[in-house]
Amino acid sequence: MDKVKAIVLRAAGINCDMETEHALGLAGARAERVHINRVIDSPAMLDGCQILVVPGGFSYGDDVAAGKILANQVIHHLSDILHRFIENGKLVLGICNGFQVLIKTGIVPGLNGAGQLTLAGEGVTLTDNECGRFMDRWIYLQPGTDRCVFIEPGRRLYLPIAHGEGKIVADSPERLSRISDGGFVAFRYVDADGQTGPFPVNPNGSQDAIAALTDSTGRVLGMMPHPERFVRWTQHPHWTRLKQHDGLTDGMTIFTNAVNYVKSNF
Amino acid sequence: MKQWRFEISSKQGFADVGGRDVLEDIRQLNIHSVEDVISEKVYLIEAEFDQPFAERVAKELLSDSVCQDWHIGKSGVPAGPMQATLIEVHLKSGVTDPVAESVMAALKDMRAGQVDSVRTARKYVLLGSVSERERETIARRILANDCIEEVIYGMDAEPPSPHTKPYEMKLTHIPIRRLSDEQLVQLSKEMDLFLNLKEMQTIQAYYRGIDREPTDVELETIAQTWSEHCVHKTLKSSVDMELDGKPIHFDNLLKETVFKATKDLNRDWCISVFADNAGVIEFDDEHAVCFKVETHNHPSALDPYGGAATGIGGVIRDPMGTGMGAKPVANTDVFCFARPDMKLEDVPKGVLHPRRVMKGVVAGVRDYGNRMGIPTINGALYFDDRYLANPLVFCGNIGLIPRDKCFKHQQAGNLVVVVGGKTGRDGIHGATFSSGEMTHEHESIFSHAVQIGNAITEKKMLDTLLQARDAGLYEAITDCGAGGLSSAVGEMGEQLGAEVDLEKVPLKYAGLSYTEIWISEAQERMVIAVKPENLDAIMRIFASEDVQATVIGRFTGDKKLTLRYNGTQVGQLEMAFLHEGICKYDRRAKWDTKKLSEPALAVKNNYTDDLLKILGSYNVASKEWVIRQYDHEVQGASVVKPLMGADNDGPMDAAVIRPKYNHNRGAAISCGMNPCYGDIDPYWMALAGIDEAVRNLICVGANPDRIALLDNYCWGDCTRPEMLGALVRASQACYDAAMGYGTPFISGKDSLNNEFVCDDGTRIAIPYTLLISGIGIVDDIRKCVTMDVKQPGNLLFVVGLTKNELGGSHYYKVHGHLGANVPKTDIGQAAQIARRIAGAIDSRLVRSCHDCSEGGLAVALAEMAFAGGFGIEADLRGLPADADCVRSDAMLFGESTARYIVEVEPQNYADFAKRMLNFPFGQIGEVIKDKKLIIRDARRKVVIEASLDVLKTAWQKPLAW
Repeated sequence: MDKVKAIVLRAAGINCDMETEHALGLAGARAERVHINRVIDSPAMLDGCQILVVPGGFSYGDDVAAGKILANQVIHHLSDILHRFIENGKLVLGICNGFQVLIKTGIVPGLNGAGQLTLAGEGVTLTDNECGRFMDRWIYLQPGTDRCVFIEPGRRLYLPIAHGEGKIVADSPERLSRISDGGFVAFRYVDADGQTGPFPVNPNGSQDAIAALTDSTGRVLGMMPHPERFVRWTQHPHWTRLKQHDGLTDGMTIFTNAVNYVKSNF
Repeated sequence: MKQWRFEISSKQGFADVGGRDVLEDIRQLNIHSVEDVISEKVYLIEAEFDQPFAERVAKELLSDSVCQDWHIGKSGVPAGPMQATLIEVHLKSGVTDPVAESVMAALKDMRAGQVDSVRTARKYVLLGSVSERERETIARRILANDCIEEVIYGMDAEPPSPHTKPYEMKLTHIPIRRLSDEQLVQLSKEMDLFLNLKEMQTIQAYYRGIDREPTDVELETIAQTWSEHCVHKTLKSSVDMELDGKPIHFDNLLKETVFKATKDLNRDWCISVFADNAGVIEFDDEHAVCFKVETHNHPSALDPYGGAATGIGGVIRDPMGTGMGAKPVANTDVFCFARPDMKLEDVPKGVLHPRRVMKGVVAGVRDYGNRMGIPTINGALYFDDRYLANPLVFCGNIGLIPRDKCFKHQQAGNLVVVVGGKTGRDGIHGATFSSGEMTHEHESIFSHAVQIGNAITEKKMLDTLLQARDAGLYEAITDCGAGGLSSAVGEMGEQLGAEVDLEKVPLKYAGLSYTEIWISEAQERMVIAVKPENLDAIMRIFASEDVQATVIGRFTGDKKLTLRYNGTQVGQLEMAFLHEGICKYDRRAKWDTKKLSEPALAVKNNYTDDLLKILGSYNVASKEWVIRQYDHEVQGASVVKPLMGADNDGPMDAAVIRPKYNHNRGAAISCGMNPCYGDIDPYWMALAGIDEAVRNLICVGANPDRIALLDNYCWGDCTRPEMLGALVRASQACYDAAMGYGTPFISGKDSLNNEFVCDDGTRIAIPYTLLISGIGIVDDIRKCVTMDVKQPGNLLFVVGLTKNELGGSHYYKVHGHLGANVPKTDIGQAAQIARRIAGAIDSRLVRSCHDCSEGGLAVALAEMAFAGGFGIEADLRGLPADADCVRSDAMLFGESTARYIVEVEPQNYADFAKRMLNFPFGQIGEVIKDKKLIIRDARRKVVIEASLDVLKTAWQKPLAW
């Protein structure tokens, strides 16, 4: 496929759509920002694209709980089309608030089966940071699986987080083991050397230091950190200290891998 | 219709963050009877659905099955041996409840059938033997704000009704023509018009002239339009000043100082100054940037969270309402508080504790700014106990606007369309919400109402307005700020005239009178002028994203403002009288240079402890706790973030953003302020503030020929000649500094009367506070420089002269002195040095650059070292200093302005030195590998020695909450 098409979903309070569109463009996709009302009006527009991104922001003001109202809207209006989207081998990426939406629709980790949406929950959720506050800081991420098509296996990333409800919790130790052992953990928070640890290494107190989840297909990724905020070197917090500014930035790896996957599989 | 009540609580084993925070705040109040706090969310829903559906609502929408439990109905207090106190906090009738709107929409998605109302509340259970008095204290001081919230106790109390009484139209005339002077003053007071006798007489004369009595809405309109907030009566008045006994006269203070600099400089890159809602300067060939800073002091004193949130929400609408509308790209905020560790008993009656004010203000800006998706990139915190009853909250916003959209094209026949939020009673002077109850203490200190913000309403409005702008579907735009529709429509129709049908304005709830509709300051509203032929197209855009927009009137061309309610004319005013009719003022001002002296501090052998004390003083200490709560990277534009360096915790001088993807031009944002110097002389204070704002921009790499400034005065009661005299001194400095640096002012604002009368009659006035905000264009962001030292072996230079100037310094402050020798900026030399430094940065000769300001050289060196993670060895022999600046403490901690510390690689020494020729500069030391700061005095004796860890900890600890 020569031209990869991506839809960046907008909704009331979504606010990282422009930079996400920009990042997808840099990766070679033709990205379009589309309001959820348009998608509900004509769900078939999803058939024309291969990547759906739910970007960051505060959809509906984080009212009730982060991502909850948009998740409710997606389930009641777009369940079938999304199920088909994933079944057809296409990619879904949720960043920050987008991840909160994905987890609250059950698309990640998708323990009930890939692309099965449910509001009843799957026994894992994102809740208030341990410190109880929103925070913006940079963290290291270590891939936890080889299955996810967005991730370059083994490459440790340095990216910013900016959220108030990013702590992953599961309803039981068994559920957590199933997620860890089943390869659903896409990234864990680590230090510069790749070791997990307490705050600030694990910035929000997530169980098992989980920062991102994938599903059984590896084509769906929900992540709290913001890859679209590190797509050029002058966004790196040490850029004035770094000797060289070469190669793909850590954030771009996510988008480039997605676009390359579509190019070689569609 | 059935009333459903849902209670959502944290499951056992999962943190109750809300309860934990409240418990911490209770401990801060020194109440130890409470052993634990449980917090729950309450939803009250009036709807037709049945029990099984209600359970679905609880399970699928309102709770999270992993970490929360739900309960339908009212649950009692938990069983157990401990005494439990039940407190619920509800919004008063008519107060906006953003969560309710989202829940309403979600219920519709769930096909819940008819839903009449949704209200939310917070429930707290205090465990422990809490006395009734403690219960009241906790409820009033921590849990609720009685301006907007109602507290109910126990199981049986009923929450306030969500419904309000309908309004019955009654046209009211206010007889004014026969009133005596005394009665005029009385009328102004009774109606909260805040008009003085002279103004009331002007109005009386007008109505005698047209031979009728005014209606209530006409008087209110005049009062709003003539308010200090809208027309800056004081700053534009004529002033007779006595400066050290010598007379000076100004016909118009502002025009002859701040404005005059802009006019005299006449920079061709200034596109719109002091005219629109924000100042506009050129960015590149296609775009301009606009910048506005506002204050929201009085509302924030009453309701820190709501006041600050609507402060930032309001200033965001300024660039949105500038020209044909800008896209907001960055926020700034500067706060002034009393010390947060002040003893509770030292806080006067009717005043909130500074720690609560600070936490609330920060949370308000955080929640609104973050939700809007606008990065908060720059700011400052300043502490002085005189801000106790009058905390200052400055909020700023920067917008990006296409060059061809910088001006409006208003004409007769255009429709008046109000967009965004609905109108309610929030923000009608005096916070006279439906209950109308405000405590006496409150009323005595504020003239604005508490307004309730909803960032998502504003974000939706912004998203659609930019689409409409780019499609060319409206002709003019402005925001509804102070004065609400009365100011917005009055301003837009100033040259044309306008007619408005007030019953068409969409309301949050029933019961508003035509006057309330007209002057409500409900948030998140903009007014646009639309050609009738474009109406359908623009309405489609708003509807497509669920944004409210309503035609409420027409711009006429008859130069009159006509107001109707259901067809009845309720007011008609000549635009000329409304906008030009205000009387001019003559004011008296006086300033006598203070006779102060320097304290006699003993010379010491070692100043390490002094340095640690200054680093740990609130003004200098790290603000990381605040900064990290703001999203400073959303929009993906950040270049210089507020915290950078080896461990991402060094304090940057200014922020830089790259607002256009794929373009390397940037905008740098800074601020400068130093109220301490004002206690000695406001002239030198203002000069220093401007110098600091400019230097901060230079330090990161801004182009010195593309710097513009904003002024924000916060002052006390300027009817007192001394108070106004101080303001005149500061204004004179604004002119001198702007001319010297070549940096025009493009916008400004003032907030006067920041005084508080305690119940014992003591009067507290805030210090003279002039915030200078700076914006500078960065030609190539890849050349930006940060203040953290980069490499051992690099050389450190000080450029600029250190003088014997410890007056108003933090060194004196931590020792309890003020002093006399305030820093006196040589603005001519300062401007030349700034250009040399900028040239060196542009030629990539500079590895790091930091200004010397609060705490002087020693603090600046310490900050550069711990930010960079490398030590510094410095030697005061290399310091370019005045002949009378010989003591080590004056060299280390003196706050002489116009100085930079610059890190240069050894191979660039000659090139750098050549550029600094003929200016005071000297090599002060070098970067070392050892993580230590060592400073030697003129005789090579060590006067400061400390490890970076010790220095950084001292600096980080005070505000690491």
